[in-house]
Amino acid sequence: MKKSWTFARIREFLRLNPKILIGLILVSFFAVMSLIGQFWTPYIVTRMDASSVSEAPSLLHWMGTDNFGRDVLSRVMNGSGITILVALITVLIGGIIGTMIGALTGYFGGIVDEIIMRLNDILLSFPSVLLALLLISFLGPGTINVVLALGILFIPSFARMVRSEVIRYRDRDFVRNARLQGIRPLRIILIHILPNARISILTAAAIGFNNAVLAEASMSYLGLGVQPPTPSLGRMLFEAQSFLLNCPWYAIFPGITIILMILGAALLSEGFKEVSGA
Amino acid sequence: MKRSLAILLAFGLILSAVLTGCASDGKKEETGEDAPKHTETEPSYGGHLVYGMTQDLVSLDPHESTDAGTRSVVFNIYEGLVKPSSSGDLIAAVAEDYQIDQAGTEYVFTLREGIKFQNGQEVTLKDIEYSFNRYAEFSGENSAFVKSVKELSFPDEKTVRITLTNPDSEFLSELTFAIIPDGNDPNENPIGTGPYMVTEYKAGQYLDLSKNQYYWVEKEPYLDTVRFKFISDVNTAFTELQAGTIDVLNYLTTAQVEALKKSAGDEFRIVEGNMNLVHAMYLNNQAGPLSDVRVRQALCYAVDRDAINSFLFAGKSIIIGSHMTPQLPTWYEPAAASVYTYDVQKAKDLLEQAGYKDGFDLTITVPSAYSQHVDTAQIIADQLSLVGIRVTIKQVEWTVWLSDVYKGRDYEATVIGFDGKLNPSDWMAKYGTDAPKNMMNYSNAEYDELLEKALKAVDTEEKASYYKQMQMNLAENAASVYIEDPADFVAMNSQFDGYVFYPTTAWDVSKIYQISGK
Repeated sequence: MKKSWTFARIREFLRLNPKILIGLILVSFFAVMSLIGQFWTPYIVTRMDASSVSEAPSLLHWMGTDNFGRDVLSRVMNGSGITILVALITVLIGGIIGTMIGALTGYFGGIVDEIIMRLNDILLSFPSVLLALLLISFLGPGTINVVLALGILFIPSFARMVRSEVIRYRDRDFVRNARLQGIRPLRIILIHILPNARISILTAAAIGFNNAVLAEASMSYLGLGVQPPTPSLGRMLFEAQSFLLNCPWYAIFPGITIILMILGAALLSEGFKEVSGA
Repeated sequence: MKRSLAILLAFGLILSAVLTGCASDGKKEETGEDAPKHTETEPSYGGHLVYGMTQDLVSLDPHESTDAGTRSVVFNIYEGLVKPSSSGDLIAAVAEDYQIDQAGTEYVFTLREGIKFQNGQEVTLKDIEYSFNRYAEFSGENSAFVKSVKELSFPDEKTVRITLTNPDSEFLSELTFAIIPDGNDPNENPIGTGPYMVTEYKAGQYLDLSKNQYYWVEKEPYLDTVRFKFISDVNTAFTELQAGTIDVLNYLTTAQVEALKKSAGDEFRIVEGNMNLVHAMYLNNQAGPLSDVRVRQALCYAVDRDAINSFLFAGKSIIIGSHMTPQLPTWYEPAAASVYTYDVQKAKDLLEQAGYKDGFDLTITVPSAYSQHVDTAQIIADQLSLVGIRVTIKQVEWTVWLSDVYKGRDYEATVIGFDGKLNPSDWMAKYGTDAPKNMMNYSNAEYDELLEKALKAVDTEEKASYYKQMQMNLAENAASVYIEDPADFVAMNSQFDGYVFYPTTAWDVSKIYQISGK
């Protein structure tokens, strides 16, 4: 269990598991594309051009232009970066805080554990989009607030998952051993228990990433997330809805981008699960 | 494990070293389209029309204050002593004639000969008195209407005399309040003198109207029956229009107009008019850099109004330069529209003079439910980036907009459209220094003086000259960045014709007719 990953093992994984391979290809493609999109795009992202309004895809504009004559490809490149960034930070907030809470309560147990887990259950019993809407109505719309709201909402699912993993290991011999040696609890959790839960955490993070992409899209679609004129994939879909009939490309390309991006992350998490033998 | 998490982390870190949108010169080009040719059509009598609308009626009670959609429909059922015409004047309706004395405090109306309610009952002075009192009661003790009336009297059987405490030349537009039969409750049994009478109302579904056979206007109305059909969703309404289950629909977007032209071609007539709003980027004249008139003027030069018009309304809006709709030609000052022309260099110079060589940060607060306003803000943001002003768009809920921006005046700039009644003070009094609705925090001694004079003036020409000077005052001092009176696209089944736009909220179906031979 404690073997560290080597390149040989990674190669082995990839050979054994096409899901990870395809997932990696998709995710890295969009990662590279959106990364480039932050520094260079074929056209200026927010620049409007009255002479090329609502043009169909062509050699000049690979994904066509929107109702303001802005290049859709440029906006997809730049916007998917913002979407990915929002999703990653959300998962990081939810993942780190959730893991800490789950690990501590799982390890120590007791009344504090009970209280925190019941609170957790209450949070989980609400649909997350509804809660996000509620939080945003307090915080006000905007990218940072959406990240905060979604991050907070992602905490319970991580906490619960990590807690059950910690409980699984806390009475195993190697943990007891460590405890007898007088190692401090925090070190036991970090060095001895959590590494064993890595596959579960990674899988949860990949699923969380997907949910965050969709949640960002929903929030921006409702006009609460990323504020115009900054593009994000959800925001682009929102703006495209009234032009579905005469310029479908404006909706199709951001839509396809979301689908493929999520597919990639989903395949990765599936692959991890299979490889870990879970 | 560590490595894979590290990869994930690195991925995130790289991505977070992010994000700039940079600006450079862009080109703008006018897109012009020919106006559709309208050929004269021959009206015929009879027929049935279904008018689609995306809301239910608030109330059939004409004296209650309701919303624009309800007022537009109810316009067909009731009339007052006078009523608004499509040219923006007040014409005699239940009254046949009226006179205002020299002092402007005495209004004398002669009842129209033989005018009848929709149930055949003749209109008497008792009905006028009842309607007058009911309207006063609904308006409330502190309303302008109740405050300005001194006395209502009836010198003879056909004459109504209203005496005012002070002369108020805009009082006449108050007398459009509906005349209903004595003792009648319009919620139970709506009866008026309008061209159409209510036959059935099903909440959430439809309002059925039929022709008022006693109507006083000769040869009107044309149609036998009209149904206002309530469809809650805009997209469903548009689908119904295409399917032919409704004949008329207002407020189409340019995208819908394009789609309709592509899919249905000749089946629909697109009638273009205006929404009668002053669509503008309103500025808080006391917020930071905006308190400097040069900065506000720079904004006026930097915003390309024609580009907004062509992006959002296919170039069909009327460009304006001050706070008055061109639909009210008596009061409108056309010269205000050309005080500023799109000129990036001039804007930059003015900003430099004002000490903002490197621009400044500007937050535009917009109500999120109105895509027109959000889109306009986006276009303005792009245009202002060319003169170095960095715009942040802040979208808020309608209720938040009303409380924070409109009432609280806690904003820098906002994009919105203001409507108004036929009387010009309804549009322009809000710029008075102490006006409760002075959301712009505009304060100009000359303006206040003109406003006072305008309110007191009785002679229309004199009054108009004051209001026109006030419009020039707003334009020259760049009280806000006035953009346009937005175009309103109405689609109507091509077997009908005769759609008429009003400068007030009204969907007048009495003028719509089925084309002869179709």
